[in-house]
Amino acid sequence: MSELSPNAKQVIEDHIGRYPSKQAVTLPALHVVQEERGCVSNKAMKEIAEILELSPAQIHDTMSFYGFFRTEEDPLGKTRVWICRSLPCMLRGGEELLAELCERWGIQPGGTTADGKITLELAECLGACDGAPCMLVNDELTLRVTADDVEKQVRGVK
Amino acid sequence: MSDSEFKPVLLGRVGRPNSQSLESYKADGGYKALAKALSMANTDVIETVKASGLRGRGGAGFPTGLKWTFLPKDINGPVYLCINGDESEPGTFNNRVLIEEDPHQVLEGIVISSYATRTTTAYFYLRYEYGRCYRTLKAAIDEMYANNLLGKNILGSNYSLDIHLHRGACAYICGEETGLIESLEGKRAWPRIKPPFPAIEGAFRRPTVVNNVETMACIPHIIERGPEWFMTMGIPKDPNNPRDAGSYGPKLYCISGHVNKPGLVELPMGITARELIDKHAGGVWKGRKAKAVVPGGISMGFMTEKELDTPLDFAGPGRVGCLGLGTAAVIVIDDHTSMVDVLYNACRFFAHESCGQCTPCREGTAWSTKILERIRDGRGKLSDIDLLLEISSSIGTIPGSTICGLADGAAWPMKTAINKFRPEFEEYIKSGRKSESRQLAGAH
Repeated sequence: MSELSPNAKQVIEDHIGRYPSKQAVTLPALHVVQEERGCVSNKAMKEIAEILELSPAQIHDTMSFYGFFRTEEDPLGKTRVWICRSLPCMLRGGEELLAELCERWGIQPGGTTADGKITLELAECLGACDGAPCMLVNDELTLRVTADDVEKQVRGVK
Repeated sequence: MSDSEFKPVLLGRVGRPNSQSLESYKADGGYKALAKALSMANTDVIETVKASGLRGRGGAGFPTGLKWTFLPKDINGPVYLCINGDESEPGTFNNRVLIEEDPHQVLEGIVISSYATRTTTAYFYLRYEYGRCYRTLKAAIDEMYANNLLGKNILGSNYSLDIHLHRGACAYICGEETGLIESLEGKRAWPRIKPPFPAIEGAFRRPTVVNNVETMACIPHIIERGPEWFMTMGIPKDPNNPRDAGSYGPKLYCISGHVNKPGLVELPMGITARELIDKHAGGVWKGRKAKAVVPGGISMGFMTEKELDTPLDFAGPGRVGCLGLGTAAVIVIDDHTSMVDVLYNACRFFAHESCGQCTPCREGTAWSTKILERIRDGRGKLSDIDLLLEISSSIGTIPGSTICGLADGAAWPMKTAINKFRPEFEEYIKSGRKSESRQLAGAH
């Protein structure tokens, strides 16, 4: 059975005409697979490589550079929460916020709660320094958050 | 022009109802500049931008029109324009606001710039974290295709253009222009050795221009109102310095950290850091004083309280030992904050974001972080201070040991923190105390 969903294959095919090289579709392909599966498995890498006429090693080489992508040994939880720790957020309690959430959820940055619902990540500057400390839930920014705000918002999506 | 007479240009439409829609953009005169540009020869568009003195807003401040003239004269085959929307420099968020609030202003600038450079395919590289920007841009681009502002024969001209959005994957190094190109091509974002510069051999081995989002937002205004208007704002060229290109036009200043009103402010280039903090950010919070201020993103290093009357134009921060204006992201640090904690935070950032390609950067950023971890743990030695300085003077393109400028960005916070606040580092190490800040260890 194919690891890539029909939708993922379609998205990849749709991207091919946009670039003069098929390799340029690597990031869009990794994104669509991870969005659907919470990780990019070895089998998915092979299938992407086949469509893009690359070797699986080329896909793995690119994928492993970006800490953003997860392997099947280390999949994401349902919701991915990033807490910013760079200087503007650190000056306004970003580090304390991250430490507090680690304690409340019993996980370290990068870890996923036992029920598989939340993955907590530390982020370098999220580009919302006007609202420090800030967080990113999947790909939506929220400005000026407290640990209670985070829990409320994340429980909402649970 | 004094600050009080200044009316925002780039942020002029922020906060209007439906400011993101094509209809409202057009009602405010949008896309007139594009029509005007399309009636000009593309070389005249380049000359106009060149004459305005516009310098790139992404950090390096390279003159935009001049960059465009580096493209080979007789080109057979495609030229690419890459828009650098990977905004990741700590403290910087102006691209986010520009895109979220007024996407068509940026997109109009992209179409005009593409026409000027004879680009028929533009790639908009956007950092993944800006999901709202991505959706806003996608909707705006769809509107453009539906209204003959993109695609074949734009506004009835002979000119055709496609813009493709390309999302990054949370890596700071993709903001370096050749790192961006490698990432766009589907590879690790390892910056390239230059030359060849992208204008000769860039994306997909073709002549390429890489421009920042804020730079693009300036373009329609320059075309519409002319280069002389642009030059009424800012700081003119220094007549005694033939290498100074001046600092013209409006500039977005991002203010964050320990101020009462963090936010984005648009002003003519060259306001002092002190005025910016006191008049436009409500002053330092809790009635405290500033201890240190970052003038333009953490890579630029630190200014002291006494240096706050420095003008924030392209030349100002360099005169007080900072790397430059950078992204004009001003981060204010109050006098209750430990510079040891601040420097640790900066070093950890660069250790996390070093791409690992050049040994001096990979090892230098990691070891400086470890040394500061040791100091924060009460186990520092006085000799660590000079060791940090030694690292900072040996990594980067300025000493010539790395391919890109990331390590220079790592070196400047180290140099300026230690040279300007050395007694604080010495006192901290002698006391043997541990940091009270809860920053979690571990860079990777």
